[in-house]
Amino acid sequence: MAHPLYDNALVKWVDHRMPIFSLYRHSLGDQYPAPRNLNYWWNFGSLAGLVLVTMIVTGILLAMHYTPHTSMAFSSVERIMRDVNYGWLIRYIHANGASFFFIVVYIHIFRGLYYGSYKAPRELLWMLGVVILLLMMATAFMGYVLPWGQMSFWGATVITNLFSAIPVVGKGIVTWLWGGFSVDNPTLNRFFSLHYLLPFLIVGVVVLHVWALHQFGSNNPLGIDRKGPQDSIPFHPYYTVKDMFGVGVFLVVFAAVVFFAPNYMGHPDNYTPANPLVTPPHIVPEWYFLPYYAMLRAVPDKLGGVIVMFASIAILFVLPWLDTSRVKSASFRPIYRIFFWILAIDCVVLGFCGAKPPEGIWVIISRLGTLWYFAHFLVLLPLLGFLERPSPLPQSISEPVIKGGGAIAGARAAPMEKA
Amino acid sequence: MEGGKTMQFRPMLVRLRRAAAVAALGFTFIAPGAAFAAGGDVAIPAQKWSFDGIFGTYDRASMQRGLQVYKEVCAACHGLGYVAYRNLKDLGYSEAQVKAFAAQVEVTDGPNDQGEMFKRPARPSDRFVSPFANDNAARAANNGALPPDLSLIVDARPGGADYLYALLTGYADPPAGTQLLAGMSYNKYFPGNQIGMPKPVNDDQVAFADGTKATAEQMARDVTHFLAWASEPNLEERKQIGVKVVLFLILLTLFLYAAKRRVWADVH
Ligand code: HEC
Ligand code: HEM
Repeated sequence: MAHPLYDNALVKWVDHRMPIFSLYRHSLGDQYPAPRNLNYWWNFGSLAGLVLVTMIVTGILLAMHYTPHTSMAFSSVERIMRDVNYGWLIRYIHANGASFFFIVVYIHIFRGLYYGSYKAPRELLWMLGVVILLLMMATAFMGYVLPWGQMSFWGATVITNLFSAIPVVGKGIVTWLWGGFSVDNPTLNRFFSLHYLLPFLIVGVVVLHVWALHQFGSNNPLGIDRKGPQDSIPFHPYYTVKDMFGVGVFLVVFAAVVFFAPNYMGHPDNYTPANPLVTPPHIVPEWYFLPYYAMLRAVPDKLGGVIVMFASIAILFVLPWLDTSRVKSASFRPIYRIFFWILAIDCVVLGFCGAKPPEGIWVIISRLGTLWYFAHFLVLLPLLGFLERPSPLPQSISEPVIKGGGAIAGARAAPMEKA
Repeated sequence: MEGGKTMQFRPMLVRLRRAAAVAALGFTFIAPGAAFAAGGDVAIPAQKWSFDGIFGTYDRASMQRGLQVYKEVCAACHGLGYVAYRNLKDLGYSEAQVKAFAAQVEVTDGPNDQGEMFKRPARPSDRFVSPFANDNAARAANNGALPPDLSLIVDARPGGADYLYALLTGYADPPAGTQLLAGMSYNKYFPGNQIGMPKPVNDDQVAFADGTKATAEQMARDVTHFLAWASEPNLEERKQIGVKVVLFLILLTLFLYAAKRRVWADVH
């Protein structure tokens, strides 16, 4: 074999005994073939990884100064903000990082919806992604409780109370979750413990997610399989440099928010210490939970609301089997493409509803939005596969990409032995 | 949302944010965050503050007057527990001035080697001493209403500094037909309009050390400026670092874009 030709004797020695350098080259390096036509929506996976690492690093730094006790949590966060060297920066990165994590992951998910990345043979990959989303939600929810502001406390109270809707055992479950008869010090302690733990579980699932990804490689904007080496380019240097550029753009936006509007996405009430005796006029979760919150409140029955809310995520697990179309990419699905955008708008609208008090017109919109959300997955997707006439698919990835020919000689010249 | 602050953002950030909103679908999710935070029934008039915008800085003279208002007026009822006397150096005071300022207040310390608590003059390392021993004492002295600690008040209210200024200058006679509860005052901007704090700033209530005329508006402005600093003492450092970081990242990104173009030249 021509590769792996390692110049360095030590690298050669190690790689022969434990092929860690080869592993890297086959997973993210020059030996990993990727479709040649990935667009910028494919940047968000690596961005999510970057944000995850950022959250863990800043989180560990915060945990060095944070005190998980109801009488000290709020002031320990204030000490971080005022007295710890660059504590304000660490905390603003962590707090805004959570929001950006969701922005990035939501885009990543909608990318998958648009290009049909959840379809065979990538079902397991997709489902692992949904597990990551659930873990992220649990992590972010518990993290938001830690600063022990008014929204921390009341958010925790409202959300944990949802479990009381479960018949017979509900009340017991809630008491068990709280470790007492209200959200209190035992709750804060266990949330801190779990908030520290879950991100590492996420790392574990991310490893599985990437493992599954490498079995068949990335889907692509055309949604058709690679037919031969001419359809692939090595991940490195092509996608490493493209991902790096994406990281640059992301960091510009992220830094602008962290440095110039760090509290923009937060709620002012969380700068008031938790007070079990004073209920804030509007209890609202963080923005990334608002669509689910709207669905929860759209159903007049509490248990029904809880079921609908969890179902909105659970449905994603079976999405690969709800979509009956064999064409992956929405580029070739004229009708699905329209419904994709309607779904995206629907989710944004539900987000707005979640931010409003559950009265009048907002309840009606929430109900319609919820109904549409489920109809999209349960009715439209199964039917579309039969009703829709997809436009003709290209022969191969390189056919529409290589127009004019000739110019790609260099890319071909980089041989892809494994492809 | 800190309404005023974000509204008056310099065009660069606005453009950045708009670009992001267009580029990133998910970014549109942020809007509801802003919408719910706005709250309140009446629109809060936007003010101009020197600390607005990406190059914003605090106005030392205004903060010094604001400290005087806080000390001579608000401190009778409100604590400022997260601010230490040493932090006052940020307002442009010298070490000696801070020491002297702190020493005017007595704090309880101890126990000493006799096992007794004792009083001593405050040191720069002490935090602002609260006027009441605890919340119940504060309520008892204020008709049952609790004067909140002001260290974070600008961050803790939708509208931020604009709200605070509006609140302090928003006292008025109640509209005909409004029944005020005992001990309450009418305020245009306080949620529910009935507030347990009597009008705190009045013309010529203090004599400013720098000779500025102490109108009610001037006092409200200055004490708001001071409290904005108390909420975010790192704002100047944050923005100064931010400008450098963002500029650096833009350059880095341009460079990465060029690298990407070069690497991909043979594929397209
Ligand atoms: C006589 C005591 C007293 C003085 C002096 C006083 N306050 Fe208050 N303040 C109160 C009380 C009591 C409340 C609680 C009002 C309520 O909840 O109805 C309050 C509430 C507030 C609030 C919170 C309003 C809200 O949105 O919840 C702010 C801000 C405030 N005061 C600022 C000030 C400032 C600034 C000064 C000095 C210029 C000052 N106060 C002077 C007693 C006082
Ligand atoms: C999946 C990654 C993570 C997410 C989504 C996340 C999310 C959050 C959120 C939303 C907050 C509240 C922010 C605020 O308003 O102050 C928070 C706080 C906190 N997090 Fe995390 N976090 C993550 C990882 C971690 C890790 C790995 C640690 C520790 C090892 C950690 C430690 C903390 C601490 C100590 C706080 C309280 C301090 C504070 O509120 O600023 N986090 N987290």
